[in-house]
Amino acid sequence: MESISFLLDGFSLAIQPANLLYAAIGVIIGTAVGVLPGIGPALTVALLLPVTFKLDPGGSIIMFAGIYYGGMYGGSTTAILLNTPGESASVVTALEGNKMARAGRGGPALATAAVGSFVAALIATLGLAFLAPMLVKVAVQFGPWDYFGLMLIAFVTVSATFGSSPLRGLTSLAFGLWLGLMGIDQLTGQARLTFGVPELLDGVEVTTLAVGLFAIGEALLVASRHLRKPEQPIPVKGSIWMTKEDWKRSWKPWLRGTVIGFPIGALPAGGAEIPTFLSYNIERKLSRKPEEFGYGAIEGVAGPEAANNASAAGTLVPLLTLGLPTSATAAVMLAGFQQYNIQPGPLLFTQHADLVWGLVASLFIANVMLLVLNLPLVGIWVKLLKIPLPWLYAGILVFASMGTIAANPSVVELLLLSGFGAVGFLMRRYDYPIAPAVVGLILGPLADSALRRSLQMSLGDPMILFQHPGSAIMIGIATIALVAPFIFRGLSRFQQDED
Amino acid sequence: MRTFMKYGLLAAVVGSIVGLADGQASAQNLELTITAPAGAGGGWDSAARSLQEAMRASGNAKSVQVVNVPGAGGTVGLAQFIGSAKGSPNQLLVAGITLVGASISNKSPVDLTKVTPLARLTGDPLVIVVPKASPIKTIADLQATIKKDVAKTIWVGGSAGGADHILAALVTKASGADPSKVNYVAYSGGGESLAAMLGGQATAGVSGYGEWEGQIKSGDLRALAISYPEPIPGIEAKPLKAQGLDIELVNWRGIFAGPNVQGKDLDALKAAIDKTVKSEQWKTILKTRGWSDYYAPGDEFKTFIASETDRVRTVLKSIGLAD
Repeated sequence: MESISFLLDGFSLAIQPANLLYAAIGVIIGTAVGVLPGIGPALTVALLLPVTFKLDPGGSIIMFAGIYYGGMYGGSTTAILLNTPGESASVVTALEGNKMARAGRGGPALATAAVGSFVAALIATLGLAFLAPMLVKVAVQFGPWDYFGLMLIAFVTVSATFGSSPLRGLTSLAFGLWLGLMGIDQLTGQARLTFGVPELLDGVEVTTLAVGLFAIGEALLVASRHLRKPEQPIPVKGSIWMTKEDWKRSWKPWLRGTVIGFPIGALPAGGAEIPTFLSYNIERKLSRKPEEFGYGAIEGVAGPEAANNASAAGTLVPLLTLGLPTSATAAVMLAGFQQYNIQPGPLLFTQHADLVWGLVASLFIANVMLLVLNLPLVGIWVKLLKIPLPWLYAGILVFASMGTIAANPSVVELLLLSGFGAVGFLMRRYDYPIAPAVVGLILGPLADSALRRSLQMSLGDPMILFQHPGSAIMIGIATIALVAPFIFRGLSRFQQDED
Repeated sequence: MRTFMKYGLLAAVVGSIVGLADGQASAQNLELTITAPAGAGGGWDSAARSLQEAMRASGNAKSVQVVNVPGAGGTVGLAQFIGSAKGSPNQLLVAGITLVGASISNKSPVDLTKVTPLARLTGDPLVIVVPKASPIKTIADLQATIKKDVAKTIWVGGSAGGADHILAALVTKASGADPSKVNYVAYSGGGESLAAMLGGQATAGVSGYGEWEGQIKSGDLRALAISYPEPIPGIEAKPLKAQGLDIELVNWRGIFAGPNVQGKDLDALKAAIDKTVKSEQWKTILKTRGWSDYYAPGDEFKTFIASETDRVRTVLKSIGLAD
């Protein structure tokens, strides 16, 4: 195995004291940035680019990798504790994670997220080392029709499984799709649904919608209830560490999340959102205690967190093998490579083998450092929940608004945030699920352009969606998932009539 | 006329106040802010940050800050810059040909003729490629394919109305087909469109040469031509002009000051930029980033922008993206 000897060489590069130091600085900055709302890993890496110009290429790329992985860890912390997902990839984590925290089980939620991220990143980094050149050949064969099929599955499973009825789920999804279509159309460059507001030309920011619906909506609901019946601060029940049962319920979702996250992350337009939602749905279907979902099921944190981190490693596959950045952070990392006159691409593995394997090895090291850094922090984070509720929620409102404004300082953004907060309150009050709206916003524009690209390539013939086996199968699955519940219900009503 | 005088007066007053406060504004103590009208990681952002570094290292500015204002192909950043940098002696903007196209196709009320050009900096060639397995071997083959059936010739490239799209339209027109029928599938940037090229889903693709250099050198993509007027050392593909098509299109980037920046302020900024561009530091950056030098001083750049705006508008009209 040639790769193994390369990997060992990589470790000898990564383990040099200076490089270890860069990795440590990277993970600490990354975690801090992930926890603070509004400052994403992409901006941090961009700010650090000129600083690292003085370092050698190996050292600076190792530091970027630390920031990248660290940001992924940190993002889940605010999602779980404050119901404020800092980035779209941790939206799903907030669903069950915050419910667990509200039930006094914030410790195990944070712990399963940290250990799950570790396990997933470890396996996915191995995948990156050994499968990358193969995986990328498959990934580029994925045409727009296949992306459309994948999006359809995500739409249907999310709206059918969240909330009390598919109709409510679809209503929420439609709201998200409407928001998602706002802005400049990628295929024609024309503005859609912007009502002449220039700030809307780039569409609605995912974090603005997610923070508005989740954090602000929740805060308003709690406040409205508090008037009548004051709630008590959340007591921390039981151990802050995972129990034996938590481990038993977590390890399979970790592995499944990894298997879903890595390949989808490696797709040039895969991203971290689809795998987290898919993982959530699968865990919900497979769980022995499906009734706990929506009230703080640990599987619902373990699976998506693993999927999130595995897809982060997956993103590096097209970056290193094609020079194709599929996330903002990866784009800045690409600029970092170019700064040293290194062009990631098909020749990178042969021309700069030492650098690639040094990077892979340092990802392993960063991962271990993150686990060591994050587990002791769980105890400190959990103390946040002892703050009396009015204080806690006031703090959440401040942080949520500050984060949104820091990311995009404009009045329109703040108005949008407040508007989404009000909508989030009403949706909670009248029992509409929130997640489908966020999914609609994220995936709506992708599905839209995937469908129209397919039709453009087939000169308008819709049969192209069924001529490719991959997309035909995925559309079939989506149709069955949507229609089957209605048919079964119809059948049972029919049988009742006969009786 | 009256507004003009008012602004002139305002600029003079502001200028004298700033002059009083700062003492003599020499190049060495310029404190500048560069707006990159795009997010972190893109072409304009890296140009702004490279310029920041070169200006500081070569001692042509005391401090330089980079601000990212992403949105709508740069028009959001441009509009904000025009509002805040009017007559300002220390605000700069990085922009390029994509912003010319975006202002036209978004029907934006502002465009690059509203700001003060300082210098054109870099210009990168675009490249036209076909997949490895394609029967198309030369640009003449591609032209024949276009002429046979323009709608079935699927192009992929960056965003709609951008430089890639414009080049596809120009080549189609030069091949004797109707540019309004170009079947151009837009992707966000050279990354995603690369996957579509490697997957063999398109007939031809357009991108910045640097973005696809790796795949061209490894033989996964076949480069037919570059859009630069002259051959470039190190690039095997020949210019379109050398292959009988009268087309040149350069993905240029330049640096601007705000509206109504005049007199001593303008001279100081121009001098600082011109000195930076001639410094060793800037030459090293061009080399490591793989950018081609495309320097032109302010006055020449100003006429260039006017002619580019006209040209881009004509092409966008012909493909139906502007009216």
